[in-house]
Amino acid sequence: MLNPNLKLNEKLFDQDVEVAPTRAGFGTGLLSLGETNPNVVALSADLTESTQVNKFAEKFPERFFELGVAEQNMAAVAAGFAETGKIAFISSYATFSPGKNWETIRTTAVYNEANVKIAGHHSGIMTGPDGATHQATEDIAITRCWPKMHVYVPCDSIEAKKATIASANIKTPVYIRYTRDKTPIITTNETPFKVNKMQTFWVTENPKVTIFATGYMLYYALVAAKELEEEKLPVLVVNAAVIKPIDEEGVLEATRASQSVVTVEDHQVEGGMGSAIAELLAKTTPLPIEFIGLQNTFAESGTPKELVEKYVMGVKDIKEAIKRVIRRKQ
Amino acid sequence: MVTDLDKEKLKELKLKANQARQMVIETLAQTGGTGHTAGPLGMADIFTAFYFHMLKHDPQNPDWEDRDRLILSNGHICPIRYVSMAQAGYFPVEELKTLRKINSRLQGHPHRTALPGLETTSGPLGEGLSQGIGIALAGRIDKKDYYTYVLTSDGEHEEGNIWEAAMLAGKEKLNKLIQIIDYNNIQIDGPVSDIMPLEPFRAKYESFNWYVIDVDGNDIEAVVKAVQEAQKVTDKPIILVAHNVPGKGVSFMENDYRWHGKPPTAEEAEKALQELKAEEEKLKNE
Repeated sequence: MLNPNLKLNEKLFDQDVEVAPTRAGFGTGLLSLGETNPNVVALSADLTESTQVNKFAEKFPERFFELGVAEQNMAAVAAGFAETGKIAFISSYATFSPGKNWETIRTTAVYNEANVKIAGHHSGIMTGPDGATHQATEDIAITRCWPKMHVYVPCDSIEAKKATIASANIKTPVYIRYTRDKTPIITTNETPFKVNKMQTFWVTENPKVTIFATGYMLYYALVAAKELEEEKLPVLVVNAAVIKPIDEEGVLEATRASQSVVTVEDHQVEGGMGSAIAELLAKTTPLPIEFIGLQNTFAESGTPKELVEKYVMGVKDIKEAIKRVIRRKQ
Repeated sequence: MVTDLDKEKLKELKLKANQARQMVIETLAQTGGTGHTAGPLGMADIFTAFYFHMLKHDPQNPDWEDRDRLILSNGHICPIRYVSMAQAGYFPVEELKTLRKINSRLQGHPHRTALPGLETTSGPLGEGLSQGIGIALAGRIDKKDYYTYVLTSDGEHEEGNIWEAAMLAGKEKLNKLIQIIDYNNIQIDGPVSDIMPLEPFRAKYESFNWYVIDVDGNDIEAVVKAVQEAQKVTDKPIILVAHNVPGKGVSFMENDYRWHGKPPTAEEAEKALQELKAEEEKLKNE
């Protein structure tokens, strides 16, 4: 069942579950930061409305900067702001930032320990019809490899707002990943969000498998868990919203009873959240793991629903992965 | 604002720059075969002018919030920055011996959090002008009086990021942003004019809405006057095109691109120091 302690959305499994894009949570979170913290500045590279910086820009024009289509410049200008004590948010599609400007961020923000927040939008195949050029499917890999980095992937727009606000309290760079399309609201305003914690959203007695799911894919994992409960196959579902720093104790605790794992993410399976879980378990308690995500391929144009099906990442596929991993245990 | 130089001060600065060149050679001769020589020697006069006359700074309080910011974008010429900082009292001169060695604050390319007084981490080219813009914009928001000086190089202008930054500074009319480009016409693979010609350089920057001043970067008096002129501009960012002699002061290094990315051997260092010491005697007797 949904973890009763986390005050999750009780209507989550209804046909008419409320939906919203996580980028909207970024927009409202950034606006809220603007109201409470005069040191927050925001930079955009010609994607102000699409990445929802427009709310901040309209209210705080003196702290908003339009840099044009120039992501490398945006990253380094942000680092300059940070060197004076500002908290600089840069916002673009993740394939461009932190994709195109990766080394600029590495040198001027991460190695330089500058207070820069990188908002990466249009992540994953959820980006849909734009095609693989605009679907960021490697961004977790290329940010979580940076020393001392924080990497957050919120599961819905409410958590996205909380993650955005929480990032401003971290003095060093944070990468936050957002999606374009509307996805189900899983949490409520009362659900806690902590930057050092993975929370179990679906709890059960005697779990056979632990699912770690990140971003909107958490919804598919929860639907899979609910269906499996009816099939008498109890599993746990953990919201892997904070991929780095990884909650080592939380991962070990969540896998202690189940002794097997399925990871679920809209990202290449190489280097993503699943890899982070695998790295941790490999050095502590090696367990069988199945990885849901893109398998050594780019995706293509299509609706999110069609893409999830074609690239074997839906509820049915998660359930099959669970059955596979159970067979490997025996 | 930068004040005029009197004759006495000018002589003092020339001697300081000569001493800085000697320290650059001594420092690079014991790195174990890595480091850049020509750029630091060519920029010694400009660094001396900054640290000992033009810059509003306090070596005892490197994080002073009203200080002018001196940003080194082409981080590989950091030996001259380290030498100037040591001369100015940011850290003991003795520490220069640790350049490029294990457990040192003097990284091969400058790392801001390792050494107080560095404004940025740099090395990968084309990023310093952008960082300078961020600092200058923050100064404008906070109504600060500081100047942001960004030192760049000509080879570095082959990076697209520089031109992204140049467009933005022009758009924002950042008159408290002063770029000084080390226009010495050498880079690793050869003369800049062969590798990727930048001319007409003045026209390029003017078309980006910058105020352009050409200056002999090895003439301290001219550099100071150029910065004074730059500080009178009210509606544009400024670039000083510093026509420098790479390897300046050492005859066998001057204008030879092969000295861009290598340090002198012990023998070469001795020969270079002889020349620089002779120059020092000459300056003292002027």
